Amino acid sequence: MYQWNFEFLWEYRSLLATGLLYTLGYTVMCIALGLLFGLIAGMGQLSHWGVMRWPMKGYVELFRSTPVLVQIIWFYYALPVLLGIEMSPGMAAVLALSLYGGAFYSEIIRGGIISIEVGQSEAARALGMTRFQIMHRVVLPQALRRMTPPLLNQSIMQLKNTSLVSIVALPDLVYQAQAVVHETYRPLETYTLIALMYLAVLVPATSLIKRLERRSDTL
Amino acid sequence: MIELSMIEIQGLRKQFGDNVVLRDVSMRVAPGEVVALVGPSGSGKSTLLRCINLLTLPDAGSIRVGTHEFSYLGAATRLPSDRVLARFRANTGMVFQHFNLFPHMTALQNVMEGMVTVLRTPKPEARARALQLLDKVGLSDKADAHPQQLSGGQKQRVAIARALAMQPQVMLFDEATSALDPELVGEVLAVIQSLAKDGMTMVIVTHEIAFAREVADVLVFMRDGVVVESGPARDVIDQPQQAATKLFFSRFHDTAPQSGVCH
Repeated sequence: MYQWNFEFLWEYRSLLATGLLYTLGYTVMCIALGLLFGLIAGMGQLSHWGVMRWPMKGYVELFRSTPVLVQIIWFYYALPVLLGIEMSPGMAAVLALSLYGGAFYSEIIRGGIISIEVGQSEAARALGMTRFQIMHRVVLPQALRRMTPPLLNQSIMQLKNTSLVSIVALPDLVYQAQAVVHETYRPLETYTLIALMYLAVLVPATSLIKRLERRSDTL
Repeated sequence: MIELSMIEIQGLRKQFGDNVVLRDVSMRVAPGEVVALVGPSGSGKSTLLRCINLLTLPDAGSIRVGTHEFSYLGAATRLPSDRVLARFRANTGMVFQHFNLFPHMTALQNVMEGMVTVLRTPKPEARARALQLLDKVGLSDKADAHPQQLSGGQKQRVAIARALAMQPQVMLFDEATSALDPELVGEVLAVIQSLAKDGMTMVIVTHEIAFAREVADVLVFMRDGVVVESGPARDVIDQPQQAATKLFFSRFHDTAPQSGVCH
């Protein structure tokens, strides 16, 4: 029978705390940038102009249909060769994760916008609003309410996906745990602890989403 | 002296794919006149109404509402810009079958929205005017209610107030009572009738023949994208001249025999 012993991890508390901070930091960056890419691609796909629409559709298809781990590796090892530029691991990882998340965000944003009944924009047009005013005053405020729960869900995925950045040697929670394991040879306690740390962050987040979902149901 | 008409439509044509919905429709509406557009479904009456405020862009023809003119000189005419269309539409008020109130706003905010966003009316002023209009449609106590808290008839009255807030020269009603429970139709028709009394120019697509007979000055009967017959509402309903019109109104006279004996 295996003898569990978590005590030795106390020594590594600052290492793991740094890992958690990196994980959260990358998550925030990847969510913010991902939402930006998603907004551009989501709106772009709804554009009247084919020159806007088709590249955005291409982007979404490309990033949805390839593994995010492959994307991170490609951005770090392949893209610099292609462009002849130096790219830091952090930049490559954040760019890949944001573009990947953005592809999913864009589908949520596009879906939220087209889910608003056509009568809403017709009524706004009949009042004499311009396209921008209709989007800003009538469609987006309603769409945002419907989009919020799935956007938060996708953001949780973003947090979990940051665990992949350890592949390019970024000191996130997973990478730090690997370092601890190399020194202590105790993978069971170490990896169990970081799993619990992810859980501790994400359980409150998911319960928040459930609350929001219930509220948007009643609208 | 010839009175300048409020709405003038000439040679309007519209097709969706191969389906020709309007063929060469012309119509004039005098200021203060109430016109009922009647006809079987698929006759093009709703499309004609939606062309009057350019919610649907015609393929050919010209439309003038008040001082706002819009015409297609030929197939090569470029589409007008978003801004030009918006200005044209602000001049007309439209009421829809399914109300289309903005669900994220209260009744008061719905009525204020056009004034604040389009007309750039200062908020306190817009608010005061919106309250007046809600009072006019009998809903001053519902100012802070959201659309989902209102009955169908109340929603439609808010929608009418919202359209009136733009101080339009013309009001358009697209089957405004068709989605209502029968017992709620009356309150909406009463509001429309009071607008007619105030001298509002209105074009009303409706299936309520008895109402059209009572409120409309002119009845335009359409079928298959053309105006089959038009004239004073009572005359067209009681003594239709064309075969299609006779057939259409025979059902009405069968179910409401009293309406034929009021002379």
